[in-house]
Amino acid sequence: MSRQDDDSPKARQAWIRVLAKAAPAELAAEWAALPSRPAYSFLRRPETGLAMIRGRIGGDGSAFNLGEASATRAAIRLDGTETMGFGFVLGRDARHAELAAAFDALLQTGAAAAHAAVARLDNARRAREAAESRRIAASKVDFFAMTRE
Amino acid sequence: MYVAVKGGEVAIDAAHRLLARARRGDGTVAEVSLAQIEGQLSLAADRVMGEASLYDRTLAALAIKQARGDLVEAIFLLRAYRTTLPRLAASEPVDTGTMRIRRRISAAFKDLPGGQVLGPTFDYTHRLLDFALAAEGGAPAGEATPEAPDPVAPCPRVAGFLNKEGLIEPAAAPEPGAVPDITRAPLDYPADRRTRLQALARGDEGYLLALAYSTQRGYANNHPFAGEIRTGKVDVEIVPEELGFPVCIGEIDLTECEMINQFVGGPDRPAQFTRGYGLAFGEQERKSMAMALVDRALRADELGEPRTAPAQDEEFVLAHCDNVEASGFVQHLKLPHYVDFQSELDVIRRIRAAAASKREAAE
Repeated sequence: MSRQDDDSPKARQAWIRVLAKAAPAELAAEWAALPSRPAYSFLRRPETGLAMIRGRIGGDGSAFNLGEASATRAAIRLDGTETMGFGFVLGRDARHAELAAAFDALLQTGAAAAHAAVARLDNARRAREAAESRRIAASKVDFFAMTRE
Repeated sequence: MYVAVKGGEVAIDAAHRLLARARRGDGTVAEVSLAQIEGQLSLAADRVMGEASLYDRTLAALAIKQARGDLVEAIFLLRAYRTTLPRLAASEPVDTGTMRIRRRISAAFKDLPGGQVLGPTFDYTHRLLDFALAAEGGAPAGEATPEAPDPVAPCPRVAGFLNKEGLIEPAAAPEPGAVPDITRAPLDYPADRRTRLQALARGDEGYLLALAYSTQRGYANNHPFAGEIRTGKVDVEIVPEELGFPVCIGEIDLTECEMINQFVGGPDRPAQFTRGYGLAFGEQERKSMAMALVDRALRADELGEPRTAPAQDEEFVLAHCDNVEASGFVQHLKLPHYVDFQSELDVIRRIRAAAASKREAAE
């Protein structure tokens, strides 16, 4: 994640994804390990509610409502600045949404330690996913059709 | 009609204490934890999430524990909890084509890009009770799971390659207007396919399975192939107002089934395969297959097919598929109906008295 991209939506989308998918405990550990943690105030205290999940008919057609998922959101502002952080995560973990918002704000300031934390979270998740996918791939099958005589 | 009764507080309180005792079972046996239910009875949790229409595994586990394993009761508990939460957002439609695959098979195509990946399936097991599981404290699950050198390759959707030849119906043009939502506006008939799919997605698995089975047995002429079944994780994205661009808020497990069905065509439609669609939370393969068959049967009018069978009757199918409503209405018969019954008794007595006096008069 290069520093000059920090203000583009693309870079921000990428880290928001990492923060949302991180296990809450992992995220809390990374926050605790930061060399300095900025003070912030809530613009919106963590609130748990529902996100309606939508699918598409046939996977590629019109959108329809599949069902809801629990979700929690929070928003913060770094004290003494105009930098706002946004947190919106599936599940009911208020601290997860709060820390996602705090990291989001800190990352926008270009804090190197926060970017390094996100890279670690991303790498750890990718490694877990790849290992699981290799276990799944071991069950890949080739069926042979029997020839009719 | 149900007329309210009062009284019985002491007995009701005692009954609830008995329920708590029965729920706990033998106190010398370890209590089951939510993590155990989530991790080891995960398919039960998936069914509860799906039919409660609320994706939250921990709450589903709690509901299962509270309901003593009665899944329909657990679904009711979770559905009721859902009503206490505000709606914060609606997601962008999930892209199942980019699913991180846990299982992906096609019964129609042997060789397909990405391959056939069995994943953790009951298929090809012998369905013999495994007494090794009765001896607790064995090796941790998955310890000996083999790993392939490479992860699962990207798996494009099967319907896509048939589409290239025009042999399968393409997706219909997107419907105009807001996405209909049966949690906001009651079901109205005829319902469009988007509404039907929402209702079927939360519909009772047993009911949909029976209806799907009926279509295979000839009640609605339907010759399906499991074009593709896939299970895995997809990202969920929303577009928050304050940001104005889509952001990922996490990932969920889904099972998707696309059934492809023969269609002979008509004056203005060539012969081609048509599609039935099923999508469900978690790993719910049987449910998503049944849903896809019922979805296809309900398209009878759209495809100009005669409606002859229960599975093609939209109102019959949709009005009875919700097990919270169904079990509520059936079970309300247990509640005291004393006033009702008293009045019916009176009616029967009067009819009999009238009949008796008529007989006497005739004699």
